[in-house]
Amino acid sequence: MTAVDDRPTTEVGKDRRRKEDQRLITGRTRWTDNIQLPGMLHLAMVRSPFAHAKILSIGTDEAKAAPGVHAVFTGADLADSQGVNINAWPITPDQVTPTHLPVPSERVAHTGEIVAVVVARSAALARDAAELVDVDYEELPAVLDLKEAMKDEVLAHPDAGTNKSAFWQLDSKAAGTGGDVEEAIAKARQDGIVIEREYRQQRLVPAFMEPRSTVVDPTGEQVVIWSATQVPHILRFAIAATMGIPESKVRVIAPDVGGGFGGKLQTTPEEFATIAIARKLGKPCKYTETRSETMVSAHHGRDQWQKMTLAAEKDGTVTALKVDLLADLGAYVAIVGGGVPVLGAWMFNSIYKFPAYQFNCQTVLTNKTWVDAYRGAGRPEATYAIERIMDELAAEVGVDPIAIREKNWITHDEFPFTTVAGMTYDSGNYEAATAKALELFGYDELRAEQKRRRESGDTVQLGLGVSTFTEMCGLAPSRVLGSLSYGAGGWESASIRMLATGTVEVVSGATPHGQGHETAWSQIVADRLGIPFENVEVLHGDTQIAPKGLDTYGSRSLVVGGEALVRAADKVIEKAKPIAAHLLEASVDDLEFEAGQFTVKGTDKGIGITDIALATFAAHNLPDGVEPSIDADATFDPVDFSFPHGTHLCAMEVDTETGQSTMRKYVCVDDIGTIINPLIVEGQIHGGLVQGIAQALWEGAEYDEQGTLVSGSFVDYTLPTAADTINYVSEHTVSPSTTNTLGTKGVGEAGTIASTPAVVNAIVDALRPMGIDDIQMPCTPERVWKAIRTAGAQQDKAPTADAQAHFGEGAPNQDPAAGTTDGAAQ
Amino acid sequence: MIPASFDYLAPTSVDEALAALAEHGDDAKVLAGGQSLLPILRMRLNAPETVVDLGRIEALRGIRDGGDHIAIGSMTAYSDIVASDLVREHAALLVKAVETVADPQIRHRGTVGGAIVHADPAGDVGAPILALDATMVIAGSGGERTVPATEFFRDLFETAVEDGELLTEIRIPKHTGWGAAYEKFVRVAHQWSIVAVAATVRVEGGSIAEAKVGLTNMGNTPLRASAVEQALVGSSADALADACGAAAEGTNPPSDLNGDADYRRHLATVLTRRAVQKAMEG
Repeated sequence: MTAVDDRPTTEVGKDRRRKEDQRLITGRTRWTDNIQLPGMLHLAMVRSPFAHAKILSIGTDEAKAAPGVHAVFTGADLADSQGVNINAWPITPDQVTPTHLPVPSERVAHTGEIVAVVVARSAALARDAAELVDVDYEELPAVLDLKEAMKDEVLAHPDAGTNKSAFWQLDSKAAGTGGDVEEAIAKARQDGIVIEREYRQQRLVPAFMEPRSTVVDPTGEQVVIWSATQVPHILRFAIAATMGIPESKVRVIAPDVGGGFGGKLQTTPEEFATIAIARKLGKPCKYTETRSETMVSAHHGRDQWQKMTLAAEKDGTVTALKVDLLADLGAYVAIVGGGVPVLGAWMFNSIYKFPAYQFNCQTVLTNKTWVDAYRGAGRPEATYAIERIMDELAAEVGVDPIAIREKNWITHDEFPFTTVAGMTYDSGNYEAATAKALELFGYDELRAEQKRRRESGDTVQLGLGVSTFTEMCGLAPSRVLGSLSYGAGGWESASIRMLATGTVEVVSGATPHGQGHETAWSQIVADRLGIPFENVEVLHGDTQIAPKGLDTYGSRSLVVGGEALVRAADKVIEKAKPIAAHLLEASVDDLEFEAGQFTVKGTDKGIGITDIALATFAAHNLPDGVEPSIDADATFDPVDFSFPHGTHLCAMEVDTETGQSTMRKYVCVDDIGTIINPLIVEGQIHGGLVQGIAQALWEGAEYDEQGTLVSGSFVDYTLPTAADTINYVSEHTVSPSTTNTLGTKGVGEAGTIASTPAVVNAIVDALRPMGIDDIQMPCTPERVWKAIRTAGAQQDKAPTADAQAHFGEGAPNQDPAAGTTDGAAQ
Repeated sequence: MIPASFDYLAPTSVDEALAALAEHGDDAKVLAGGQSLLPILRMRLNAPETVVDLGRIEALRGIRDGGDHIAIGSMTAYSDIVASDLVREHAALLVKAVETVADPQIRHRGTVGGAIVHADPAGDVGAPILALDATMVIAGSGGERTVPATEFFRDLFETAVEDGELLTEIRIPKHTGWGAAYEKFVRVAHQWSIVAVAATVRVEGGSIAEAKVGLTNMGNTPLRASAVEQALVGSSADALADACGAAAEGTNPPSDLNGDADYRRHLATVLTRRAVQKAMEG
């Protein structure tokens, strides 16, 4: 029964190739759209071409008579059977939350909203017939621009009486976590420095690779729903809560899902409509969107104006930070739409020791596509604004951007550190990450080159950008969520099944959509139970297989779900122990467990845990009163968040003749705690960087004054490809998290959160001698060139001492119309 | 993305193709490499009843030496141009421009003739064809006719090819020994040209003896920067700026998300100088 175990015991930290890659990379898996069911019908959506309109009539006769058409449904036909899109996080009790029907029957509030659904024998026939649906609209005035919406002159939803959805505040004095912001700012106006800036977070489209798709089979006892979603468990809950189907009659399956970036954490009108129609017809139905539909109907990300007021002493020691956010929700409050900007509340103060802090967030409704989480969700916005304005402070004080950060950051010996926003950062070492990054970057040499280029008047100027960021991961302690009126908890679940033949099934409540859970979970279990990596099978994504879970978003899976897994594994060992003792004829107290083996201390007697699994399966010889199972599950609710951090450095070359900015070098040193799989981490960092860099340079969802999404395809929504990227240098420091036993912190969003300000800081750094202190994102060549040209025209005017602009009452110090392509204002 | 249904014809000769076009008239669309037509069909921006695919007409494919010119079949793929030593030697400008089109997959499918007849002003083939004084061979029911490139591009998506006609060949006078450069300005690699400048020069004794400059996306059609061409004669590499300053004269560029007309005019002058400079270097 004993065996010598000479296998390596540490899977954690090994750069395992991903188990899921072969099927995902070659496409040899079954995506939702590949699912074919007998007698299945196909749906095509008829969508509003108007941003805001009354639906006067919908003529469906011609479409119904078209070849192969089974039925045509309008909002009136679906009525109460269609459920409702939910908002799970009302940020205030009096939040204005317009009812969001999947298929409205009276009025559409944004371009792309569904007004009718055609059901036919094939997707092609459905699409043909959709063209024949005759909708008569009466156009209503649409409000598109965020600041215009604040005036309440044109209403996105006339019945609501206002466009203002909710106002949310965090004030350090009121919360008892810090001083009085207004007092500190007033003092700085007397004898210190006050910097006021307004930054723009443009609207972005989460461009996941696999378009959204839903298949519904209503023919069995349960309704079975396959969907390309990040959140099968939340979808199941939403269906039960709003469609009148008992939760026990709903089975949701997220098969392999091709990316999400937050864009698939929504419960969508398309899902509800497909379920409602399949149930009405009693036949399986499929709906798969086109990319053009994704662009207008899947939720967008970001879209904020950020007014920042930073107060400091003359030497650059920060004394207060005040943030006034305007956040565009689009036409409806999405599932966590109102909450995303609020997540910034705990992040604007970042790694700095502000004695006083105030965060104000006003969410606003407009007649544009709804807005919700996009990779980073609230933290990229916060990180961008604070890292941009810290550079402005450095410029004001006349020191290097690194120096101003060193002066104000939390030092490594001050952890755990409770911030002015009330968060307790568990661990970190900003000095170490920064020192490593500076060395890898060759910071001093690049500064010398910058100086040479400036002196020689080179047409290509060099700029260096710094971003020392932190973020909060591991959403989330349920008690914290409860205090914020969030509609669910933040726990995660895992189960381990010890199979008789020696392999192990792991059930993960956290559902991946490309991250590599199967590989990382296998590594953790292999170490914990001392069994080969290859013998672990990770199951997920089907509410029948993984009945409990809260899914994947907010860099939570490993930090919360990984800890649940560890606890389940420990329970397996505990359950196996009395059986091992019984079989070894030893006392439980004399046993120790290591590398998959129970051994009797001081002897060579032992038994493997897989042997115990077999003995338990047979159940021929178990101790009295012990149940024949060593399977276990665990649900982990974190006590606190984890706080990854890092230092990102970027060098940009700016062609002053054309305004084109080209990346020269990018170095990041991230502290994400203990690393389970370095290869997966590298992939997350690189992909995250590209998405963050893309916000700085390329991407932007732009509407015209009619409310049509001008950047409605990849011709105009300039998504980068590998051809637009450089080789990134990615390294780590390791300060293990203390909020989970694995010591992990989360890495899914770090690259996106950190990189955007690093890039823009670098571009501004290149141009600062010309008197330029901001370029609105995306930093298009045209914007850069215009900034240079405008600055050149003003070059004769000497910079004045009162160059620190002050906000006039209600007036931005940056005219939105000055940007050439931003939003509907033009 | 599902196009409306259509009838599909795949003739194997030019005569068959012309007969098909004559029969179906306005209801037919010609399919070359499909890199523009297929997205248009899939997005249902157009729904022809018949698509006439030229892909099986071997006679329209290939590059030959025509003595004083290079003759390129209209169905020749971009990638074949890039791979052709003949074109590289005698019409280097076309190779330089075609190399920048989109990505390898698209260059493998997309055809020179398809791009020219589609006549998107942001496409990269028009400006070099124009600058190289090419002649276009057009076949119709009445036989063949030739049109100089200068008269070929009429307006946005409109050329001298009439209904029922096909572009069969592009004849480019040999520019042997001319230096060439295509300066394409984009924000991301796979994008259509925001502005691009095609320049080819003959250098004698360190200064320009002859220059030809074409502009991409500076108006409804590809344009020739004639004023610049004249001004460049006699210039040396270090004194190009003045001559190139006139590059945007008489242009009417579009304004869109990538830049307004002013910015494009500015880019045209910078890119012209850079293109000519590079062309002089080889």
